[in-house]
Amino acid sequence: MILRQKVFAVAVSLLIIIGIVELVRRRKLEEKYSFLWLVTGLALLLLTVKIDFLFFLSRLIGAEVPTNTLFIFGLIFLMLLCLHFSLEFSRMNQQIKNLAQSLALLERQLAEEKEHGTN
Amino acid sequence: MGKGNPLIIVPAFNEAERITSVLQGIKKNLAGADILVVNDGSTDNTAAVASKEGVMVINLPFNLGVGAALQTGFKYAVCHGYQVVIQMDADGQHDPVYLLQFLQALEESGADLVIGSRFLLPGKFPGSWIRLAGIKIFSFLVLLATGKKLTDPTSGYRAMRRDILEFFCRDFFPQDYPDADLLIAICRAGYKVLEIPVVMKKRISGQSLHAGLRPLYYIFKMFLSVFVTMLRRH
Repeated sequence: MILRQKVFAVAVSLLIIIGIVELVRRRKLEEKYSFLWLVTGLALLLLTVKIDFLFFLSRLIGAEVPTNTLFIFGLIFLMLLCLHFSLEFSRMNQQIKNLAQSLALLERQLAEEKEHGTN
Repeated sequence: MGKGNPLIIVPAFNEAERITSVLQGIKKNLAGADILVVNDGSTDNTAAVASKEGVMVINLPFNLGVGAALQTGFKYAVCHGYQVVIQMDADGQHDPVYLLQFLQALEESGADLVIGSRFLLPGKFPGSWIRLAGIKIFSFLVLLATGKKLTDPTSGYRAMRRDILEFFCRDFFPQDYPDADLLIAICRAGYKVLEIPVVMKKRISGQSLHAGLRPLYYIFKMFLSVFVTMLRRH
């Protein structure tokens, strides 16, 4: 892997790590959602710095060029991230539905109690 | 409007078997206190059991996590003018016999937060060594970040004043496990923290907060949370 590729990969992984930590610091991102991002950034950094891991991984999966390994794993992590989001959305959707129903039922209950109060 | 008596907040998730003795213990040891059980989306009849003991119950529409459940109690306390709040677990690990000591410590020391620590009295720690190691690590992190020695940063047995309650009602308050990162934020914001010795009982049965893969996530989350807390200005 030539130096230029290495520098670029290290820069990107550091940007990801620092960027994500900063977003958590600013409370724009919650810790639990930062997990996969940080794992991705750290994995990218590790594979670039410890070039032997990258070569080993490339041979393992049958990649022709080490950069292909980085691409494929980058894609896999992105898919995992998206899957994670889909799961979260599904969960939150249920919660919102339950919340909305609770609210509506409470308002109904309140209205009924008001009616009984004036009667 | 101000309430003279303290509010005891008991967050509960599926503690129908254990909560009755806890509530009765509170009533016995601190008869003048108001009790609020925050039912965190229990799937058993925790709420019904608690109501039977004549205490106030808030039912969250679904499980939010112990931090969010506690915060719900804090918001209630602030809304209703309570000046002092004590939080304790619903599983029987926290002995109500210390309630009066918490109030006295709060009163006499002028501290904003009083934590019941398991490690100020001699005795064996009722839990796994992993948990003990974790607590020691977080204690060290708190010391590094604030210079303050807190022996039991994960203790959920605490008393607090109204001032710090309002601070806890903000969005930064952790939804899942309010532990070391919260303490660092508190100290950096200038609040006074004091520890008093308590003896906690071993958790007998039921679902522990730290089961399965959760400890790993908890460790990751804590380290990240402590790190960013130190980067923030309070």
